[in-house]
Amino acid sequence: MEDFLSAFLNWDIVKEASPILWAGLRATLLLSAMVVPLGLLGGIILAILSTLPSPWVRWPLRAWVDTFRALPPLVLLIFIFAGLPFIGLEVSAWGAVAIGFFLNTGAYYGEVLRAGIESVPRGQLEAARSTGLSAPQTMIHIVLPQAVRNVLPDLISNTLEVVKLTSIASVVALPELLFQARQAQSVTYNATPIVAAAVVYFILLWPVVRLLSKLENKQLAARR
Amino acid sequence: MTGWERFTDSFFNARVMAQYLPKIIEGFGLTVVLALCIIVSGLIAGIGLAVLRAMGIRPLNWLIIFVVDLFRALPPLVIIVLLFFGLPSAGMELSGFASTWLALSLVLMAFSEEIFWAGITSVPKGQWEAARSTGLGFVQTLGHVVLPQALRLTIPPLTNRTIAITKGTALASVVAVSDILGAAHSGVSHSFNPSPLTLGALAYLVLFFPVVILGRWIETRFAWKR
Repeated sequence: MEDFLSAFLNWDIVKEASPILWAGLRATLLLSAMVVPLGLLGGIILAILSTLPSPWVRWPLRAWVDTFRALPPLVLLIFIFAGLPFIGLEVSAWGAVAIGFFLNTGAYYGEVLRAGIESVPRGQLEAARSTGLSAPQTMIHIVLPQAVRNVLPDLISNTLEVVKLTSIASVVALPELLFQARQAQSVTYNATPIVAAAVVYFILLWPVVRLLSKLENKQLAARR
Repeated sequence: MTGWERFTDSFFNARVMAQYLPKIIEGFGLTVVLALCIIVSGLIAGIGLAVLRAMGIRPLNWLIIFVVDLFRALPPLVIIVLLFFGLPSAGMELSGFASTWLALSLVLMAFSEEIFWAGITSVPKGQWEAARSTGLGFVQTLGHVVLPQALRLTIPPLTNRTIAITKGTALASVVAVSDILGAAHSGVSHSFNPSPLTLGALAYLVLFFPVVILGRWIETRFAWKR
């Protein structure tokens, strides 16, 4: 027990590693603040494009979305980070993460938002257009707000997954929370920094998980 | 060399691809085995927890909810790293394969428990009472009346979640497993050419593209009629 505590929950090591973990947490938050809007932007573009009736848009779009849903995000990230320099495109870790997340999370947000847009009754769109709103105005003021409300739990769940996914940036040496914890672990030969990082992730994301649980139960109750 | 030649020579180099294809195929097998192990153990553990929760023992349910929340909140890579790099400090060694299997099984267990539980609670209380009053036991009611109705509801979210979590098998490459990504990545560092990564990406597409399409089909097939 004593050994276990000193290897996993060593308070001295927590104190020693706290500055570096704090720097990691800030990078993780910054990274999340970068990739979530980026993914949402990609998602909105894809969702709006998917409303176009032309098969010349629909099928390539579906292939695009399914490709990036089928590729594991880490594969995409490594491909960008380790592959692109060979054709002279040197990308930083931040750049590679930004591109990878734009492609991957954009596809996921796109699917969620598409379902949301499809859930808005067609009459809403027709009514808006007949009052003289243009197509973009209808999309922004009438369709998207209702679409977002209808798929809010899925949007939140997706965002939770994106924030968790930022941990893979550690693989390309971006100094976020998990990377810093690994650094601290290899210096101290002690697992405490990784446990501490896990605790930080948990404290950060537990409220979101609770909220989601509540929303899901409510959704289910409404279906019954 | 023109830009295009340089591009094809880098990403579609036939010589390098031929050389590393066997490694990637080996990695493909490993990824499939790992994914299947995770699906089996994760789903069994998930349904087990949901059934335990249905028995309605208060303190036990709090514990289950906490464990489920824990593995929904933690990034899978953090759990894998903790198991692989952390446990040796306590004198326990887990291989990269075992760490990834255990970590992703726990994550799938948490998410699927949540989904199974939602399915079970969606079955009206009257069904329970009617079944019990005809003389069926708790287990019989659950097995013959509640679960068959509950499972239908859980299939679409369960499929999507299972696909998402099995894609996490690529994380095993971080803990030195020669799965598809692991084999591809080491191929790049040996050949100084990124073609193995192209092969790896194609292998993942071959593996997951049909699954994603299947997930899409199941979603419409089992869609809740409004």
